[in-house]
Amino acid sequence: MNNPDSPSPDRALPGRSWADLPEDNPPEHLFEKRKQVHPQRIDGNFRRFKWLVMIVTLAIYYTTPWLRWDRGPYAPDQAVLVDLANRRFYMFGIEIWPHEFYFVAGLLIMAGIGLFLVTSAVGRAWCGYACPQTVWTDLFQHVDRFVDGDRNARMRLDKAPWGAGKIARRGFKWAIYLVIAFWTGGAWIMYFADAPTLTVDFWTGNAAPVAYITVAILTLTTFILGGFMREQVCIYMCPWPRIQSAMLDEKSLLVTYKDWRGEPRGSVKKADKDPDAFGDCIDCNQCVAVCPTGIDIREGPQIGCITCALCIDACNRVMDEVGRPRGLIGYATLEDCEREAAGEQPRPVWKTLLRPRTLFYFSVWVAIGLALLFALGVRSHTELSAAADRNPPFMLMSDGSIRNAFTLKIRNMESRPRRFTLALEGLDGAVMWSGTMSGEDAARSLQIAVDPDQTQAVRTYVVAPAGTAAQDFAFSVVSIDEQAETDRSEVRFVVPGEAE
Amino acid sequence: MANKPESGQRIDKATGTPTVGHEWDGIEELDTPMPRWWLWTFYLSILFAVVYMVLYPAWPMLEKGTAGVLGWTSRGQLAEEISVADQARTTINEQLARTPLERLPQDSALMQQAVAGGRAAFLVNCVQCHGSGAAGSPGYPNLNDDDWLWGGDLKAIEYTLTHGIRQHGDDMTRFSQMPPFDGVFEENQLDAVIDHVLSLSSDAKPSAVGAQLYADNCAVCHGPNGLGDRALGAPNLADAIWLYGGTRAEIQRQILAPRNGMMPKWEGRLNPVTIKMLAAYVHSLGGGENFVEVAKDPAVQVDEQP
Repeated sequence: MNNPDSPSPDRALPGRSWADLPEDNPPEHLFEKRKQVHPQRIDGNFRRFKWLVMIVTLAIYYTTPWLRWDRGPYAPDQAVLVDLANRRFYMFGIEIWPHEFYFVAGLLIMAGIGLFLVTSAVGRAWCGYACPQTVWTDLFQHVDRFVDGDRNARMRLDKAPWGAGKIARRGFKWAIYLVIAFWTGGAWIMYFADAPTLTVDFWTGNAAPVAYITVAILTLTTFILGGFMREQVCIYMCPWPRIQSAMLDEKSLLVTYKDWRGEPRGSVKKADKDPDAFGDCIDCNQCVAVCPTGIDIREGPQIGCITCALCIDACNRVMDEVGRPRGLIGYATLEDCEREAAGEQPRPVWKTLLRPRTLFYFSVWVAIGLALLFALGVRSHTELSAAADRNPPFMLMSDGSIRNAFTLKIRNMESRPRRFTLALEGLDGAVMWSGTMSGEDAARSLQIAVDPDQTQAVRTYVVAPAGTAAQDFAFSVVSIDEQAETDRSEVRFVVPGEAE
Repeated sequence: MANKPESGQRIDKATGTPTVGHEWDGIEELDTPMPRWWLWTFYLSILFAVVYMVLYPAWPMLEKGTAGVLGWTSRGQLAEEISVADQARTTINEQLARTPLERLPQDSALMQQAVAGGRAAFLVNCVQCHGSGAAGSPGYPNLNDDDWLWGGDLKAIEYTLTHGIRQHGDDMTRFSQMPPFDGVFEENQLDAVIDHVLSLSSDAKPSAVGAQLYADNCAVCHGPNGLGDRALGAPNLADAIWLYGGTRAEIQRQILAPRNGMMPKWEGRLNPVTIKMLAAYVHSLGGGENFVEVAKDPAVQVDEQP
């Protein structure tokens, strides 16, 4: 290191060797300081689409917990409810118990594969339009614009010294941020309890501490991530851009600056003077000005580009104004870029979208979806499981008969009380009685009432006459209603002398 | 962030950090300061430790450790937690104390609580003889079956628990004694008696001699048909269950040198509520009897009113 000639430029800042560094000055920082992004207002097809997605997604998020869904007197009437206290998940007509969590796992897998599908077909569309970070950042940027004005006004205000006016504006803006953030956090907890009740409890100080803590955390994260960190979340924190770059291929649609058409750049004036020397890009910087992550799309595909396509809107407007064809920046695949650069026609969009890879993702996605729907359709709302007593495994009665004890669990997954016929299958001559009745009323079948949406444990004694051999038998339940759902559980009858 | 260079320390060009001054074959070590957050965390942990040592037991001394000004001990914490748990059970315990045992089955929620509490008490006090599944072992009765020596309704069980069986020093204890018949019977008489006893509960060949000897010597306690007598705790010889074993040798041994099992009385060792809960648990094991049986047992009186 002491040797100024030592060939180690790679480990210093790019393009410099250690020797270039000034002797007395403090070292340069290894990270670039963040430049505040002040995206400019823009209108266009993609901007309108973004508005639409934003309105729809925010509306879904904020209003869903308030939708009602009648499930009768024994179940909550909230359409979407994650009832952690009672371990139930309600989604419109579907109710999921903890042991059916594979439905949720299946939905998550579908969401994952859906992202693969979307990414391989249309690139980072999720990042550009639907990701919560994008949606809320967009929302906060509109607040910026509303309070402080458009790009130039905001840049001026940023540089202005702190005075009464700036403090008032910042205070007002951050107050709006805080309201949005709080509303976001507040909406989240509504998914976990009856929304109207929880709202009243929340404001009267009667909600659970976890509700306040959750709202506080989500308010804070929304405030910080949406209000201040914004594109840094996408560029530095989020793993998804990295994963997506592995899923993109030369046939995925990307927001692309068509450099073969745009370069070399030159202003309209220069181009008027020397029409053959310049490309279509007039270097107006509008694509940079509108970018919510502050990148320059003309530098090529990059991790900072969330493909929100606002630069397409900006460039198209400029191209219209200067009378050049639209599409200098546009959605294009790498393959098409090469084709177009070579002067060929690009492939039709449907060929880009329908290719083996996307079809494969789509069929896997559909297959999982159909499997889940099928499982949902055929699942039974009645379950029986029997566990034999192990200590003691059998009991010799005074008349020589043998008794085995079992703990049966009858699960009623309907949200209404039901009665079940519990019966013995096999084990001739045996009778049973439950722990809540007298042994004198023992019978081959019993009627058991189970509360709505509950699992009922029934302690059951089975007595077989003297001389019965050890054997397998089964308990069965049939629901006493028009569904007549059945289930059975096989167990073994154990007798003295048979070690088990 | 960088430490101030002392005289003689060289500043590394690339980082602006002083080096520690050592050099090994041209390799030097940077004198990089601790990160502030680390340092402050370190100072705060020192502060925490000092405060902790003042507040809590910390230093071992010759006799015992320093106590700490808060006076906290792990034993004290345990006692506190136990008293909290006791208080949580107060309502149930009071309800159980108020409810007469024979009324317990009418309140199924309270019954369930009693059974749960009884199970816990059983695992501490009773499993040593009766086994963790209450299935007993030779000489120790199985509590799951429907064969009861002294009665199997709630009251009878509670009485047995309270006063024990053949417990010295308790006038109300369950008491009886089977006399040894060693030397009373000739060998062939003994065989005949055993034949008769076996024939009571199985298809074994009856013996007329044995029947007569039984009627003369055994029926007074075990009954003419061998059904036993709960007032005396005399076992039923006509059922399938044998307390001391049902083979010839085992029966012969019991006739010649009877074992009279004993059970400690739990009055005074367990509070009445715990005994009640134990009775409920034992009754719930599958062989519990209804109170109809009580009438047969003159030693037990049912309080109809609380």
